Amino acid sequence: MNAARKLAWGLVLAVCAMSLAANWLAPAGYAKQFRESPGAPPSHRHLLGTDEIGRDRFARILYGTRISLLLAPAAALVSTAFAALVGGLAGYIGGIWLRVARGFTDLFLSLPWLFLLITVRALLPLNVSPLVSVLITFLILGLLGWAASARVLSTSALALRNSDFVLQARASGVQGPRLFLVHVLPNLKPVLYAQFWISIPVFILSEANLGILGLGVAEPLPSWGSLLRELEGMISFREEPWRLVPLLLLIVVLTSFQTLLSNEEVTA
Amino acid sequence: MSMSIRMPGRRSFLRLLLCFALPLIALTSGSAFSQNGGELRFCLHSEPKTFDPLLVDDDASVSIRYLTGGVLVRVNRHTQDLEPELAESWNVSKDGKQITFNLRHGITFSDATPFSSEDVAFTMQRLMDPALHSSTGDAFRSGSGAIGTKIITPDQVSITFPASIAGLERLFDQVAIMSAHSPKKEMAVLGPFMVAEYKAGSSVLLRRNPNYWKKDSQGRRLPYLDSIRLDVQSNRDVEMLRFKRGELDLINTIDSDYFDRLAASSPHLAHDAGPTLDSDFMWFNQVASAPIPEYKRAWFRDTNFRRAISQAINRDDLSRVVFNGHAQPAVGPVSPANKFWFNNRLKPEPYRPDAARQRLQAGGFHLQNGALFDNDGHPVEFSIVTNAGNKSRERMAVMVQEDLGKIGIKVNVVTLDFPSLIERISQKFNYEAAILGFRNVDLDPNSQMNIWLSAAEDHAWNPQQKSPDTPWEAEIDRLMHAQASTADPKKRKESFDRVQEIVAEQAPIIYLVNQNALSAVSSIVEGASPGILHPQTFWNAERLTLNPTTRASR
Repeated sequence: MNAARKLAWGLVLAVCAMSLAANWLAPAGYAKQFRESPGAPPSHRHLLGTDEIGRDRFARILYGTRISLLLAPAAALVSTAFAALVGGLAGYIGGIWLRVARGFTDLFLSLPWLFLLITVRALLPLNVSPLVSVLITFLILGLLGWAASARVLSTSALALRNSDFVLQARASGVQGPRLFLVHVLPNLKPVLYAQFWISIPVFILSEANLGILGLGVAEPLPSWGSLLRELEGMISFREEPWRLVPLLLLIVVLTSFQTLLSNEEVTA
Repeated sequence: MSMSIRMPGRRSFLRLLLCFALPLIALTSGSAFSQNGGELRFCLHSEPKTFDPLLVDDDASVSIRYLTGGVLVRVNRHTQDLEPELAESWNVSKDGKQITFNLRHGITFSDATPFSSEDVAFTMQRLMDPALHSSTGDAFRSGSGAIGTKIITPDQVSITFPASIAGLERLFDQVAIMSAHSPKKEMAVLGPFMVAEYKAGSSVLLRRNPNYWKKDSQGRRLPYLDSIRLDVQSNRDVEMLRFKRGELDLINTIDSDYFDRLAASSPHLAHDAGPTLDSDFMWFNQVASAPIPEYKRAWFRDTNFRRAISQAINRDDLSRVVFNGHAQPAVGPVSPANKFWFNNRLKPEPYRPDAARQRLQAGGFHLQNGALFDNDGHPVEFSIVTNAGNKSRERMAVMVQEDLGKIGIKVNVVTLDFPSLIERISQKFNYEAAILGFRNVDLDPNSQMNIWLSAAEDHAWNPQQKSPDTPWEAEIDRLMHAQASTADPKKRKESFDRVQEIVAEQAPIIYLVNQNALSAVSSIVEGASPGILHPQTFWNAERLTLNPTTRASR
């Protein structure tokens, strides 16, 4: 493991640890409104100041990081599993199934993602708790984000299908699900890992995009998306540099993920 | 080789002195030379949809109509009084059906065609043509039947409507008179400026109308400015940056965050003109056919429940925190900024969570482990929808969520894209409570008929009722019709005062705040006096000047 990867692992683990320890580290709850000091600068009471309605920014970053970092991998898991099911199986079976799966994937990729997300979000029931809204948001992201991974997986599965060791397994009488599960799937693992790691930052950014539109995680729960919304209308970085902390955190985490996944991709 | 310098003679010296001195006098003396000229620059936030003054219904086109259109009468944006413009005087008949205008003599359009009563008659006939679908004309549609126009003399015209129209004369503030004879009707204007150039998606250039009829007290023809450049710019961040760089001279409306930042760095450029006519409010869904649980509908239809919610909301905090103090707790349908129509006996609902709890307990609700339950044991929980992207409303919803949490009510805040929100609140009625705002541009209560009549489409909490659902809604219907059917301002005010009182008693709409009119005006602009009515900063555009010294340096 080279130094850059070690540093990346260290940063990701440190950020995860801090967010998991939010209950102890945060000076106040993420929803507590200190209405007497909205938009306050950093102080010993509020390390990163308060947001526009007086909520402690440090607390919201800790809790928001927890939500984004826990649920983005969960959404990535859902989308990678779905991609493996559609792309991997279609590539393995081949023939008309492969053509149908690729056509369906292309159709899905051609849909305007953002509008699709907005439409699906608008159709959901209104009276759900913020926590359920978080789960729904990331589940939607997971269910809509499988198509690009499916294309990669179908190509890899097709290559494996025609490989010598699969032919040898077939010649030995191994067929059907056993051939897929025992011989093909384990060899797809590096590609699956790579797709999983690639998807995490994509979902973090997608949630951030939805949050910027006000359609992400429901208030008062924080997420990186809702935290980044604070930067809207910020004309000068010099005025309130502490407001840039969520953006810096996002950059650090995404860069770390990129550093981690590059090696996996090489392996794949 | 020799070089000689020839000294100037006395005459030459005087010429030289004049050459230097005249520009210097021009720059320093102000009034004599600095009144005319220059280009004022500001932004439109969207593309103007039309240049036809009778078809205007978007903000950008309204601004252009204001700057280019000549009207018979004008509501003074400061005093809110009606003042003569193209009409020297007017007379409304006792039954409120007929208005007669006495026009100014010797006025011409920008293309030099003369202005007469024929143009007024032509404009009104075209405005009221049902095929035109003019929203400006809708305000004049009081009953079935056509309007009648009678040209009495070239300077006198009377217009007769099929039914009485309350506040008839004030409606003419929105009617820009068109030429009956000019070949390019939309381009021939009577206002201070005329459209000179339009680059789609980029800008509109207005040049001064050389035939504008008004003169200042010293007899100089208005407007002072040579031109106005209106850049189409929807991004408020970019607009503010350009203003700070000196590329723009004014911003008509800015939000409180920008305002405070500007006020911190350049306090003389930021203007807070006080509360506007606009209001932000919350209401509950009371539609009988709405797909919400019956027990929730029962809460929402209960006056005690609505009043308790109103008492539990801290409006002072909303004004102070969300709008940085640039808003006032709202009282009701009419903002205190509306000098004539506001009911002075009413006050904003004070923040009294204890009184709210008592009121709820009296209505059969009870607290259990900090959560509120109704008589049948249902936990009191509902969602508030508002439009995504509107930061101030989202913040208000979160603060209301916390305030109501203090009396045991669980609120879920849901932000939706605007089309989805409108579909839910006006077609499917699939929502529980909503926070939205009302952008009121008209002072007269007639502009609120579409909200208060129980049969109206915009009767937010329970629209399009076949007959009024409640006695108090029937009373509001009666009072709104009564005020609309008389021309007597005193009687109209009595009726509308009572409407405001009923709204305060029944709280079908829980008014939250009236935002202040915030604007930014560069120090280059002289004569600006930002007000609360549209167009806040350039309502006196014909009298605005640009400081010659600053103008020269940009």
